[in-house]
Amino acid sequence: MTTPSVPAALALPSLAVSFDRIEKRFGTLFALRGISLDVQPGEFVALLGPNGAGKTTLLRIAALLSTPTRGRVRFTLGSRSASAQESGDGIPAESAKKLIGMVGHNPLLYEDLTAAENLKLFAQLYGLDEPAACVTRALDSCGLADRANGIVRTFSRGMRQRLALARALLHGPSLLLLDEPGTGLDRQATAWLSETLARLRREGRTMIMSTHARSESLELATRAVRLSGGRIAEDTRGSDPASLLARLRSDLPAGSRGVE
Amino acid sequence: MSTARAASIVLAKELRLELRTRQLLTATLVFALIVIVMFSYAFDPTPAESRHYGPGLLWIAFLFAGSLMLHPSFAREQAGETMDALRLSPISSFAILLGKMAANFIFLAAAEVILVPIFFVLYDVPLAGIVGRLILVLGLGTLGLVIAGTVFAAISTHARMRELMLPLLLLPVLAPLLVAAVQATSALLANPPSLDIAWVAFLAAFDVIFMTASWLVADFLLEE
Repeated sequence: MTTPSVPAALALPSLAVSFDRIEKRFGTLFALRGISLDVQPGEFVALLGPNGAGKTTLLRIAALLSTPTRGRVRFTLGSRSASAQESGDGIPAESAKKLIGMVGHNPLLYEDLTAAENLKLFAQLYGLDEPAACVTRALDSCGLADRANGIVRTFSRGMRQRLALARALLHGPSLLLLDEPGTGLDRQATAWLSETLARLRREGRTMIMSTHARSESLELATRAVRLSGGRIAEDTRGSDPASLLARLRSDLPAGSRGVE
Repeated sequence: MSTARAASIVLAKELRLELRTRQLLTATLVFALIVIVMFSYAFDPTPAESRHYGPGLLWIAFLFAGSLMLHPSFAREQAGETMDALRLSPISSFAILLGKMAANFIFLAAAEVILVPIFFVLYDVPLAGIVGRLILVLGLGTLGLVIAGTVFAAISTHARMRELMLPLLLLPVLAPLLVAAVQATSALLANPPSLDIAWVAFLAAFDVIFMTASWLVADFLLEE
């Protein structure tokens, strides 16, 4: 099985994302309290933290699915070496949607449509040329070509996540947001996910992934950010994320697949 | 991508899902049919009474059936969080709403195509000579019902007890539409039949106002 890749014609420059004093409130509950975070083009940031730390909320704001109560998100097209501020090529939020892909904890697929119908729908919504060819390529790349006409409802969790990743990569996004993509996957599917993420990292995509400290995919992260109570508690920027990961893992009970 | 093109893609998706599951159309049709038949047996109206009360019964059946049909059009997006997938796409929120409105209009109109002849037979009202004008009145009334209904279905999706919230929010808002649609239909069933331009204009104005309002608040409606 090969991993999803983007056709050369669709290759896009890396995208930086900058969170500037982001606050998010749901009624009286603060989900995020003044998050400032610059994610460089090509970086692979792992978001860690307990349930309720604000990881999913931050990803939803980055995906433009949620509007911050205060603060702003800025997207910047640029080379891998340029920072979000230096490149100075800020782009409107709506245009950024074409450059963003997201894989949620939920696969975001229509369960009563087939795999091919799901991908065709999103190929059309992204305005891709030759949607049918894009769908065939995407199904091949995620190893589901033989299940193209299978109804998604009948798919296993692993197959749905593969299709979800194919959907998220269909339009060749520069920024990939992953919200605990490995949850509920068996060993084989987890290995496939790690292999896929490694390939996407080599392709130079910017990635932000919320996950737990036991995730195998964490080894690929170039930076780890730990959230706690809606604030950044630790950020390994400029240093090796391995030390933070090792410390977090050592705090977990033996054999746990914990939420940390 | 233009709003019309994006809306047509969403519409095609809605039709495909409905053809596969037949959830909305079947429930709507059966419910409205039961209402019309039960009213017919409960009142056993004479032709004169049918002309007088029939339009009200017909539109109440459409209203109840519409409110039954509109909630699932958003609720089924919630099951797999597929509304997020639509909102991730580079299309406007209004295009998503417009696609859903078009689909709901087609479903309710399809139900009406079956229900209206049954109504005219059961209530012994002549249909000849008014078909074109009746289509105009039914079309404008149904359009208003689905525009407002789709907007309030989007609002109630985020509410607790959402199945209950939709009719509670929607029915008072649709009261002016119901009055206008009933009056315009009554004029068509009168002897001699006539097209009441004032009520037809009211229906058209209702449609335009709610469509404009939905365009203005579409982003707010679809955000969490």
